[in-house]
Amino acid sequence: MTRLTPMTTRPLQMSRRALLLASGAGLAASALPFGPLRAQPAGNLAMCVSPEPNAMCAAFNTASPVTVVSGKMLEGLLNYDFDVSPTPALATAWEIAEDGLSIRFELRQGVTWHDGQPFTSADVQYSIMEILKQHHPRGRSTLASVTAVETPDDHTAILRLSQPAPALMYALAGWESPMLPKHVYEGTDVQTNPANNAPIGTGPFVFGQWERGSHIILTANPNYWGEDEPKLERLVIRIITDPSARAAALDAGELHLAGDGPIPVNQVQRFVDSPDFQVETRGTEMNNSLDMIHTNLRNEHLAKLEVRQALMHAMNREQMSSVVYYGLAEMLTGPIPQTLPNFFTADVPTYAYDPARANALLDEAGFPAGADGMRFGLRLIAPAVGDTYDRMGQFLRQNFRDVGIDLEIIIADIPTFIRAVFADYDYDLTMYPGSVTADPTIGSQRFWWSKAASPGTPFVNSTGYESAEMDQVLEAAAVEPNPETRRDLFHRFQQIAMTDLPILPLARPIYVTIAAANVVNFVPGPDGIRAPYGSLAFT
Amino acid sequence: MKPIRRRVPWAFLARRVLYGVLAILAIAVINFFLLQLAPGDAAEALAGQAGTADPQYIAQLRAQFGLDQPLWHQLWAFIVRLATLDLGYSYVFNEQVSVLIFQRMPATLMLMGTALTIAVAGGIVLGVTAARFANRWPDRLISLGALLLYGTPPYWIGLMMILVFAVMLGWTPTSGMENVLAFNTGWDRVVDIAHHLILPAAAQSIFYLAIYIRLVRAGMLEILSLDFIRVARAKGISERRLSYRHALRNAVLPLVTIVGTNVGNFLGGAVLTETVFSWPGVGRLMFDAMFQRDLNLLLSILVLSSTFVIIANLVVDLLYAIINPTVELK
Repeated sequence: MTRLTPMTTRPLQMSRRALLLASGAGLAASALPFGPLRAQPAGNLAMCVSPEPNAMCAAFNTASPVTVVSGKMLEGLLNYDFDVSPTPALATAWEIAEDGLSIRFELRQGVTWHDGQPFTSADVQYSIMEILKQHHPRGRSTLASVTAVETPDDHTAILRLSQPAPALMYALAGWESPMLPKHVYEGTDVQTNPANNAPIGTGPFVFGQWERGSHIILTANPNYWGEDEPKLERLVIRIITDPSARAAALDAGELHLAGDGPIPVNQVQRFVDSPDFQVETRGTEMNNSLDMIHTNLRNEHLAKLEVRQALMHAMNREQMSSVVYYGLAEMLTGPIPQTLPNFFTADVPTYAYDPARANALLDEAGFPAGADGMRFGLRLIAPAVGDTYDRMGQFLRQNFRDVGIDLEIIIADIPTFIRAVFADYDYDLTMYPGSVTADPTIGSQRFWWSKAASPGTPFVNSTGYESAEMDQVLEAAAVEPNPETRRDLFHRFQQIAMTDLPILPLARPIYVTIAAANVVNFVPGPDGIRAPYGSLAFT
Repeated sequence: MKPIRRRVPWAFLARRVLYGVLAILAIAVINFFLLQLAPGDAAEALAGQAGTADPQYIAQLRAQFGLDQPLWHQLWAFIVRLATLDLGYSYVFNEQVSVLIFQRMPATLMLMGTALTIAVAGGIVLGVTAARFANRWPDRLISLGALLLYGTPPYWIGLMMILVFAVMLGWTPTSGMENVLAFNTGWDRVVDIAHHLILPAAAQSIFYLAIYIRLVRAGMLEILSLDFIRVARAKGISERRLSYRHALRNAVLPLVTIVGTNVGNFLGGAVLTETVFSWPGVGRLMFDAMFQRDLNLLLSILVLSSTFVIIANLVVDLLYAIINPTVELK
């Protein structure tokens, strides 16, 4: 079997002058900031995304593959570490005012766009006010409280807020809220600007070529601000839509890196055991995509709390973990996963696997079993993404049959699913991946807040759930500047959620990232393969 | 023997072209309404991929896509675009529709062309062989093989071929159209692409191959029992020459018909193969367009494919007359 090996490291290229200087300064020279003395990027690495991105710029489209590609070329004000605390990116320092009504960003000096123009505070102002607040799929809500961006000088940007927005600091990564060059976008139709398919950013990689249906080539940015970054000469992003084909490409050495749970889950263990590969389970802490069952409270059966409690008791979570997820999941106790320790609490009502209790609850609710042992039927609709929901559907069908509920499973393509669940409310139960993101105000609130419900808007409250206390807790948490008070509010949120049960939390699937044994820094932070990848390299 | 002189059937051609244009128009209109039946629209599909979207974003998208216009208006706009050969801009894929389609066309033509060539050549040789040895072991073997190939899903065959030939034996690449890390140019690139073409073309041809073998075999058996063959045999013509020169020419007509319709499926027929082998062809573009409800792009591909079908059928009809001079075009 032939394996592709990365190109051998090129010898350090130095001009004669630099070499003289270096030798003059002794061997410590490499530590000194000589301009021309950069380590030459080396190696061509192939990673993959799926499906094919529709564009290269995440400011207008935040579909997962778009964010992966965009995040290499376009940067944001902040990066994040594994604790999901902000770290410097285009902003080197930041300060939130005491009253929470303004955030001051010191911008990195000497940064240039890929076309050579300098990056300044005017770009920040333009990106936030003219692009993200107006055209980003969720920019209007995450940046809702931003009223203006002031630019006292070229390297300072001050965000003015109408009310404190503690969640805002978690939405400034490059793949989520990219900074765009004002001089390229101003005065054009921004939505069809050619730069959306060939971004001009500040990131470690420069757009090279996009062979639609096949691959995207990014090349090293020779003027990148990161010291000795990027390490790679080229990053090639292949589009491989079939999970088994991705596994085969990894096996054959044609692919060095793939993320977001790229291969069939039943093959993951094989890669874990293989010395040729590394499997990383971190890198989803910014996303925290959860599988949950959203009920439709308009249904006469589901409207009764006892029925929803019975469904919770009817599910064998331990078995679900191994049968549905092959062990690659955190089974949830509430709407916030343990990957967000600052918000998570285990102090919530729990529902152990107990079919007898479930049967009793259903009797109590007034839905006795018929002659065939069945009480009533429910329709479960899920989008056709991956094969997890097929297995989950079959699994739940068995669990629910044990308590006399006949589950009908409908797997639909995404537009059909969205129309049925979020526009027509034509479903009984539904499950789909919903992200908490790094802050529940951004990711969770929309599912539980009664005012988020809006027919025709996808991925918001579809259950018809309305609770005055829940609304009040969520609204208070959204503008609470004190972290401790805010944490307590979210603990209360989890308790109410698990008492009222409009949504039945199932699991946080662990989407692995797989890399060849000789690849380093492929999950450098909580954003996994969405990271800028300046440090990604071959050993 | 003097070559038969043939007049160009102008009246026939003119009539067929007119019918063709009408058929394309009808196909465009019918498909337009058919696709309206799919629940959900492009704005919802895009919003679905984005994970979240506020109502204003969706309204913005709808206005941009022209989905807020009345249906007849959308249809009229589409027909006008067709008539002026300007297929428009796809806001879903951020690119001109014609660029999207024609960028992907070479890959599909290459894949389908190779697959069909393999299938036709293999179908004829194996079909004739099977007929010549009817009900003896070569026939049994070939017929059983054809039945197996016909019954196996091409998708599965593709995956198995990847596993065996690419992963286990390492003879071919697993997927893609070229080695994207090699940055080949010129001749090296041609060789590299050909190397990548082997598996998908083989997988794609298998399905056709099975049909063609059975068609040729059946046609041959019928012709071989006719009187003129017996006469030819009595005149001492060799069995091989008898099969390929005398019988095949008559037996091949049904094959030509079927190949003609298969050529028509050229653009969209390879969706599964293109998916398994990550082949950047039109089939997958069509698949993506459907799932993202980019109806304008999808309709454009459908209209192009129907143009293909119509042209292919016309060519087949003309071929009939050449293969069998007793066929009259009118």
